[in-house]
Amino acid sequence: MAIETTTLGVLALIAIMAVVTLVTRFGGVFIMSFLRISPRVESFINTMASSVLIAIIVPMAVAGDLGALAALVTTGVAMLAIRKPLPAITLGLLAAALVRYLN
Amino acid sequence: MSASLYPYQFQPHRVRAEFFRLLPISLFVVAFGAAFGLAAIQKGLSPLECILMSTTVFAGASQFAAVDMWGTEVSVLPMIAVVFAINSRHLLMGASLYPMLRDVSPGKRYGLLLLLTDANWAVSAQEYQSGRRNLEVILGGGLVLWLAWMIGTGLGVYFGGLLQNPRALGLDMVLGCFLLAMALGGKKSPRILVAWLVAGAASLAAWKWLPPNMHVVVGALAGGVIGLFWLEPGAQSREDNLEVRHGD
Repeated sequence: MAIETTTLGVLALIAIMAVVTLVTRFGGVFIMSFLRISPRVESFINTMASSVLIAIIVPMAVAGDLGALAALVTTGVAMLAIRKPLPAITLGLLAAALVRYLN
Repeated sequence: MSASLYPYQFQPHRVRAEFFRLLPISLFVVAFGAAFGLAAIQKGLSPLECILMSTTVFAGASQFAAVDMWGTEVSVLPMIAVVFAINSRHLLMGASLYPMLRDVSPGKRYGLLLLLTDANWAVSAQEYQSGRRNLEVILGGGLVLWLAWMIGTGLGVYFGGLLQNPRALGLDMVLGCFLLAMALGGKKSPRILVAWLVAGAASLAAWKWLPPNMHVVVGALAGGVIGLFWLEPGAQSREDNLEVRHGD
């Protein structure tokens, strides 16, 4: 099934995207409201929460170019050294820009 | 609605404070939104359609992917599959906030989730790990991120030429760097580090061998399994860990 990108078609496509995304925003909480939160479930969701971050970042580092890697390594080192997110992120972006400029 | 049923008290001044706390990162989001606006307009969407999409969908990576599939017509099922796969991480993110969200009324709960996105979730989830409950950042931070995403899209649509190559400035790495900073600023224990190793390995394997866009959910669930079997000694009660405050 395909929708033509006429004005009406585009509006329909945007509506579909919005609904699908809304389902993902609501769905996790909706399902959780039927579960009893035992310490074990709590431990699962806490560990899962910080694993989300790692699961996004690792393939990004591996799939990315040298600039992407430089950004992540610099942010990581800076964050461990100075413990302030904004300066660490700024340094990471500068590292990416620099590496890409040099290449 | 009795207060004891939903004990979480929203503090308006904290909502405001969180709005301004995520303002700097939102400036980067403006740039990212501009890149999206430019990409969308080049694919033939009208300016208003681009802005409408950013306003109602508010999920950057999936919008880029969907617009990438644009043509004179768009196949609906593949588009749904891609948008769902990329955004399925929201399912886990929302679930992880449930211990706090159950303390607000269902109306507020689902209202807050409208604004759930990576950056404000990362702040809230990390603070929860250190024993602080912060739903204000979902609202205040979510609002500023949402505004930034819409404004950025508008700028890209009308003045896209200004930012031809956001990659050259490293702007494609904003989210990755932000999430990494959040991860490293949170609590670290042997248990968490093992979970991270498992999550990283599983997401890499999924990224290599499974259909596209499944790696985040696979990696996160694999990390969660560690928590399922390895409980934190004395769960939330201990707070001897270094508390790392963000953004001040």
